Amino acid sequence: MSDTICAIATARGVGAISIIRVSGPEAIATVAKIFDGKDLTKVKSHTIHYGHIISQNEIIDEVLVSIMKAPKTYTTEDVVEINTHGGIAPTKKVLEILLENGLRLAEPGEFTKRAFLNGRLDLTEAEAVEELINSETDLERKLALNTINGKISKKIKKVRDIIIDLIANIEVNIDFPEYEDALQITLDNLPPKLTEIKKELESLLEESKVGTLISQGIKVAIVGKPNVGKSSLLNTLLKENKAIVTDIAGTTRDIVEGEIELKGIRLKFIDTAGIRNTTDVVEKIGVDKSLTMIDEADLVIHVLNNNEEYTEEDAQINAKLQNKVHITYVNKNDLPAKLKIENSHVIYGNTLTLEGIEPLKNKIIELFDLDKINTSNIEVISSIRVINLIKEALNSINNALNNIAQNIPVDMLAIDIKHAWDLLGEITGETYQDELLDTLFSKFCLGK
Amino acid sequence: MYDLIVVGGGHAGCEAAHIGAVLGLKTALVTANIKNIADMPCNPSIGGTAKGIIVREIDALGGLMGIVADKSHFQIKMLNNGKGPAVRSLRAQADKITYPKNMLAALKNTSNLEIIESMVEDLIVDNSQVKGIILSDGTKISSKAVILTTGTYLKGNILIGSQNTPGGPHGEARSNYLSDNLKKYGLSIQRLKTGTPPRIKASSIDFSVMQEELGDDTYHTFSFDTEPLYEINKQQKCYLLYTNEQTHQIIRDNLSKSAMYGGYVTGVGPRYCPSIEDKIVRFADKKRHQLFLEPESIYYDEWYLQGFSTSMPIDIQEKMVHSLPGLENAEITKYAYAIEYDAIDPLQMKPSLENKVIANLFTAGQINGTSGYEEAAAQGLIAGINAHHKIKNIEPLILKRNEAYIGVLIDDLVTKGTAEPYRMLTSRAEFRLILRHDNADLRLRKIGYENGTIDDIRYQKLLLKENQINELKNILRNTNLSLNPKTEEIFKKYAIAIPKSSISLYLLLKRPEITIDFLKEIIPLDYEPSILEEVEIEIKYEGYIAKSYKEAEKMLKLEEKLIPEDLNYQDVINLASEARQKLEKIRPKSIGQAARISGVNPSDIAILSVYLKRKYNK
Repeated sequence: MSDTICAIATARGVGAISIIRVSGPEAIATVAKIFDGKDLTKVKSHTIHYGHIISQNEIIDEVLVSIMKAPKTYTTEDVVEINTHGGIAPTKKVLEILLENGLRLAEPGEFTKRAFLNGRLDLTEAEAVEELINSETDLERKLALNTINGKISKKIKKVRDIIIDLIANIEVNIDFPEYEDALQITLDNLPPKLTEIKKELESLLEESKVGTLISQGIKVAIVGKPNVGKSSLLNTLLKENKAIVTDIAGTTRDIVEGEIELKGIRLKFIDTAGIRNTTDVVEKIGVDKSLTMIDEADLVIHVLNNNEEYTEEDAQINAKLQNKVHITYVNKNDLPAKLKIENSHVIYGNTLTLEGIEPLKNKIIELFDLDKINTSNIEVISSIRVINLIKEALNSINNALNNIAQNIPVDMLAIDIKHAWDLLGEITGETYQDELLDTLFSKFCLGK
Repeated sequence: MYDLIVVGGGHAGCEAAHIGAVLGLKTALVTANIKNIADMPCNPSIGGTAKGIIVREIDALGGLMGIVADKSHFQIKMLNNGKGPAVRSLRAQADKITYPKNMLAALKNTSNLEIIESMVEDLIVDNSQVKGIILSDGTKISSKAVILTTGTYLKGNILIGSQNTPGGPHGEARSNYLSDNLKKYGLSIQRLKTGTPPRIKASSIDFSVMQEELGDDTYHTFSFDTEPLYEINKQQKCYLLYTNEQTHQIIRDNLSKSAMYGGYVTGVGPRYCPSIEDKIVRFADKKRHQLFLEPESIYYDEWYLQGFSTSMPIDIQEKMVHSLPGLENAEITKYAYAIEYDAIDPLQMKPSLENKVIANLFTAGQINGTSGYEEAAAQGLIAGINAHHKIKNIEPLILKRNEAYIGVLIDDLVTKGTAEPYRMLTSRAEFRLILRHDNADLRLRKIGYENGTIDDIRYQKLLLKENQINELKNILRNTNLSLNPKTEEIFKKYAIAIPKSSISLYLLLKRPEITIDFLKEIIPLDYEPSILEEVEIEIKYEGYIAKSYKEAEKMLKLEEKLIPEDLNYQDVINLASEARQKLEKIRPKSIGQAARISGVNPSDIAILSVYLKRKYNK
């Protein structure tokens, strides 16, 4: 724990400015050695200095260096951040020089791990940092920042407080059975109290759906028979929206053809074959492939050709769409209509004239309530770990509710209630568990 | 020369001296006044929530409290009977004359045990190891181990209003120098406070305006080895009464005269047992507070006014008592008082109750910061066993949190310390469904046998009980309900729906409306009530019990991650400074124990785990 670590801390991409973060006892001294400018070992904490990084008398880059001394830093250790200006190559060179000077390259998530271990962040906050690194839209960034500020922790604490009040009441009944002033919790008056807790937990889960949308985006599959215009639709959508160029390898969990942003939410067009953006790959995807893509998608756009009759294959795809959010897009509306279908979510368009593209996007906004998300206060839960813990806590409360019908005495039910309380405590790290840390920190990606 | 000297003859001292002698140690119990052996200076009861289970555990491990209480009470009841098996607990109104008498007789009947009447003022300490004691007249008595069970007598101060009198309960002489001498040897001493309510002459009480509180109409015993020695309908009554606005006004008007509120007390009092002035101040909106009148003994005419503990001056106490319905003409025989006393910081003890600073010195009871006869007795028992084990070079007996309330009690003391007199509560036990009243013998008798405190006869009895429990469970598992006119008649008689298919009696018993007594009507089950009860609980609540065992296993995994006793916490970089200080002082045995220390956060535990892994698991 005592060594000094460094890594490139800014997100991937080709932005002009990159930041190299250094943390640990040797941070300031090491950077001072390679810095041409003020003597960094003598400057005040939380100050920024202009200068150059030099190596063997050669200027590597023009930089701004921030000096932040322990303990009021991200990791609570001495931290130096070097803002480089020359793009990827000089940034990498600066990092190499630091490593040559005895620093160690940070492991994935190690800065955050140190921040957590040094008591600077609680677990939800540490997870949020991971999401901040990966965040690509403004909305995601806001969501991530809100979590860092502990808003999720506050919401969880609120539910925990309700639960602990109930537990305390039960405990008073048990430990001071002759004490009349406390309400006697019985199998009759317990259900409404548990239902209140249940509702709180359910509303947290409901919010988490929005959180998942923001952090994970919407996976979209464009399916249909060959040559109905799937790839032209995709290209039109991507072109229209100045598609975000994604550095696919290693950053995204799904293999995607491309992404667009709609009301701040990412639409990720998936290609389960994993074939990259060659011109007409999408077109070649047949019906079998379409069927497997449907399983993976949050939204399916079923493309039909206005000029062809509805076939057995179309019906096959359509049958699979019944439990999915889907839109039917009828292409080539300029050609004579041979297609006869009835479906509530049909949009007629033409990828050549761009007709139908706006209605298609509006339909997506409508189906996912995207307008609402954008305006509402963004304090939602998006981590899978957090969502699972809330679900488990909810199960535990439901278990208690079910067992009331079985006449199980209150002192047993208290076990379920206490369990829910402990699970929620795990979210903010108030209940300690070994495995938790191991899984949590293995999730972080290199760089922060 | 003795093997073991026990200083103090209270509930901790009695158990410690007895068990030491049972284990074969040449033992001396030194008390300032032999008449005060097993004295009950406060409430006239043994047991209560959680405490009743502790008494059962003491009995299961070969201690005396349960056996003596069974011989010495005039009312007994099962608390929380309606709430569920995990929190049931016995409480007896013990007779303040017969309980000490029976305890003294039991001690006198113990071979290897000698009782010495004298005041102890110092220890013989050589090279950080205790070698004996020094009496107030300068006599030295040497021993291999010493157990201090000094109760509230270390620099005891009795407070009534602004009046402050040095002394122990009943105005007995206090120990003036022992705590200073302990300080001299490097122990840190804290000041604690407790209190007791006034006693009222029975013939001056008008009971007719109060509500009767009766004992149970079924027989109970604390001990697993005794038969009930009382008659149900000869149990004494207790009474319930309430304070009123007049009482509250008197208290409010005179608050500044109370020792507590007048600023005459430095010790910290218990939150769970507040004085009546505390209750009035902190719960100002309450119109009335419950009080109980309990007889102290059938041999004298004095009643204990539970819930009315106070440190008001005498004249105000008179007014307060006379404002209560039925006590308008009451004669107060003993005024309420608060008592302050010295205690050691329990963080200075190992989980064996041996002192960390002075080897072979053990402490038990109120000196360790606890409150209550039962908590004291439990520690006395463990200190006695572990003093023996220390002398004989045997691993100490350390009960785990999932094995006994006694384990929870000691672990809490040595891990968290205490700023107020510590009382056991069921909510302190995270696995209380496992730590039940009914299964204390099943949990602990074997441990007692292995540690030499349970003899062969009692151990064989345990094995027989275990066999019968398994046998009965198998019968229920292997017997299917046969539906015929006779059995259907029984269902009808109890107004229980007849099952549609024939299921095993085991599964039938899991249904909420079915009891083991009901099953007894279906097939003959010729077993002791304790066996039937045990099987019923284990089957009915199998799911929850299994859940508790699973949770306990999780805890045990952390307990198995041991921390070397000589770990230098200065080497563990990045620990928060508060955590480092606590860890250095407490020296937890395991990661599990470390995680329970207040002020040691999850991040500190993670750092410590990583450090241990790197250093020792390579």
